[in-house]
Amino acid sequence: MNALVIGCGRVGSSIALQLDSEGWDVTAVDEKEEALSRLGDHWNGGFVLGHGMDIDVLRQAGIEEADAVVVATDGDNTNIVIGQVAQQRFDNQCVVVRVLDPARADFYRRRGLRTVCPTSVAIDVLMDAVRACEIRPAESPV
Amino acid sequence: MYILVAGGGKVGANFARTLLQDGKHEVTLIEQRHERFERLEHEFEHQVLLGDATEIFVLERAGIARPPDVVAALTGDDEDNLIISQLSREKYGVPKVIARVNDPRNQAHFDLLGISPTVSATRGLMALIEHEVPEHDLVHLLELRKENLEIVEVMIDPSAPAAGKRVEALDLPEGSRLISVTRNGHSEIAVGSTELQAGDQVLAILQPGKEDELRRVLIKA
Repeated sequence: MNALVIGCGRVGSSIALQLDSEGWDVTAVDEKEEALSRLGDHWNGGFVLGHGMDIDVLRQAGIEEADAVVVATDGDNTNIVIGQVAQQRFDNQCVVVRVLDPARADFYRRRGLRTVCPTSVAIDVLMDAVRACEIRPAESPV
Repeated sequence: MYILVAGGGKVGANFARTLLQDGKHEVTLIEQRHERFERLEHEFEHQVLLGDATEIFVLERAGIARPPDVVAALTGDDEDNLIISQLSREKYGVPKVIARVNDPRNQAHFDLLGISPTVSATRGLMALIEHEVPEHDLVHLLELRKENLEIVEVMIDPSAPAAGKRVEALDLPEGSRLISVTRNGHSEIAVGSTELQAGDQVLAILQPGKEDELRRVLIKA
């Protein structure tokens, strides 16, 4: 199975490494050469230097053969555009897009883009943690 | 009309200024950079808003839900212009959305996502520069995207197959017409009896994709 990871920052590089360890053939794309070092010294997957908005870069990275595309650059709007290009132009059925802004993540999710919003996830986790604090004093015997 | 302008750089600010000079429009300009916003505020006062126009709450503060008659997405970022256009049209039903394309290579993304019309200063400038540089045998002067037509300029050199021929004798590709002939600084409408000569500059209108056929008939054997 081939995976394309666009944006090789903290999130993208971890996903690339994890997919690689699970047996995927992974190609990472980033516009900065330093991003390659995030993949460690023993990275044997692919790496393409360039911007994910660039069709030639996507082709070079093998988007046409990719079974899954993960879009995780540091720009919400960039991610949303690349995600839609992967889905609509290259007809990829498994496109996952990181969007930090919950409102945009929600709007594009309704339009059929698989968006993942770390902000919403963080809010949920934090709220659960706060609720757990509220409950504990009442539950614990004095 | 109520017009929302996203992006207060040279393009956006001048566009907003022109609209306001008309005196017929209500305009809101959105700019996200502080320094730029403060400068704009002196001129546009309450008509400029500080914020990121790709954020839904910023758009809503600017009155996107009314909705405006026109949204012009004129920032320096193509991604942002695409998102502003999609949100305006698809979330708020804005009837007319105009988007700026900064990098002509991104035009395909705007087309894919159905964002039209688009304006591209780079593309326009490139056409004008090509027009002044004689190396190019066929120069794109104007794209009429909606009409699926384009206007090109062709230079007839002495070896061109069309040199010395009348327009009616040319086997022009279907979906193309010659518009005018410029010779020694003087231009005339091209008609059937117009004879082309070496050195002529010819304007033609054609469907995109017919350039090679037109080139074959006019300039290359």
